[in-house]
Amino acid sequence: MPSPKPTNTKPLLTVVDLECIRGDNLLFSGLNFSLYEGQLMQVEGANGSGKTSLLRILAGLSRSSEGQVLWDGEDILKQRAVYFAQVAYLGHTLGVKTDLSPLENLKIALALASIPFDEVAVFRALELTGLAGKEDVPARSLSAGQKQRVALARLLVCPAKLWIMDEPFTALDVSGVSLVRDLLENHLQRGNMAVLTSHQAVEVRGDVVRVNLSDG
Amino acid sequence: MLQAFNAMMKRDLLLAFRHRGELANPLLFFFMIVTLFPLGVSPEVVLLRKIAPGVIWIAALLAALFSLESLFRSDFEDGALEQMLLSPQPLSVLVLAKVLAHWLVSGLPMLLLAPLLGLLLAMPERAIAALELTLAIGTPLLSLIGAIGVALTVGLRRGGVLLTLLIMPLYIPVLIFATNAVTAAAAGMPIAGQIYFLASLLVLALTLAPLAIAAALRISVS
Repeated sequence: MPSPKPTNTKPLLTVVDLECIRGDNLLFSGLNFSLYEGQLMQVEGANGSGKTSLLRILAGLSRSSEGQVLWDGEDILKQRAVYFAQVAYLGHTLGVKTDLSPLENLKIALALASIPFDEVAVFRALELTGLAGKEDVPARSLSAGQKQRVALARLLVCPAKLWIMDEPFTALDVSGVSLVRDLLENHLQRGNMAVLTSHQAVEVRGDVVRVNLSDG
Repeated sequence: MLQAFNAMMKRDLLLAFRHRGELANPLLFFFMIVTLFPLGVSPEVVLLRKIAPGVIWIAALLAALFSLESLFRSDFEDGALEQMLLSPQPLSVLVLAKVLAHWLVSGLPMLLLAPLLGLLLAMPERAIAALELTLAIGTPLLSLIGAIGVALTVGLRRGGVLLTLLIMPLYIPVLIFATNAVTAAAAGMPIAGQIYFLASLLVLALTLAPLAIAAALRISVS
């Protein structure tokens, strides 16, 4: 299916002259790109090329040494509350409390996003991510892949315009990988955006743009 | 905002409750230091009465520092801290909720145990009352100040020593005013001055510490 051309001519996420230095290493510099509604950006590059650093800068967790990240034309660091309400970040550390059950984890995530708790939606998200029947067991007793599914369920219950995902396929089994792909395709079709890094060659249908950090 | 504050506090209380075994550690530490003094120094009533305010307060201070170290540790390791940072809620409100929850499970039990320890060290009644008052104002103050240091050092592998160096100088005024108040009360002197000073420090910490903790966490996580 050919992807519809972005109707909104103004990109929502724009990166201007981004540079990132870690220690004495220049990871990337002069990075420029824009992301329109309905687009997915796949960040590629060798190990240590700064993929995670880029994602953390985009999420507003780290600061770039140079350049800006603009959301709707304004620097994200100047509108944290507005930006964070529209962004969901799924990093290497999942942010799933292992002493709490998946249900409790989602409850706290909803409270932090100031979204009222909707039991039906939460249980549907848990079911969709394959956690039906595991709602009330401590996440400690879940496998790595299942913990990742809890984090995915969090993405589902907290609607965000932009998903930033660092290696979302790592711990997942075959059905998990296709689950993430389906979620992403759905997400894009509704006019949302995503940025992700992945070593697995997972083809996500839709408007995919690629940026390669190893090219310098 | 209030809802997020409540949810955060409830989450931390729940997590503390799931680790009941660890809850007793700081309290036990507090109890042990104080009870070892009569054994180690001298069981003489006059001496014990004289050193009691200092002993109990130093023990409370060390127990607070000891228990605070893990305040952000688990959240930092499992990524929950990142999610907190990325919440549209003001981070300072969330950290205040965390500090309050921490105080409820570590500071408040010390407050309840302190009169008993006061009796153990032969403190007069009015001094015990003053001790309670200073601890009631002082332990939240210790938690708030300490949390700034913890937030700054959470990203470091061995931040324990650095934490002590950072925080101890800030704890000293609290210790001086609190023990001075208890000693004065034991001698039958008014203690309003010291209490007002501690209370003003608490107000200052309540308003400014959450902002400092939030800023420190953003630095530690980036």
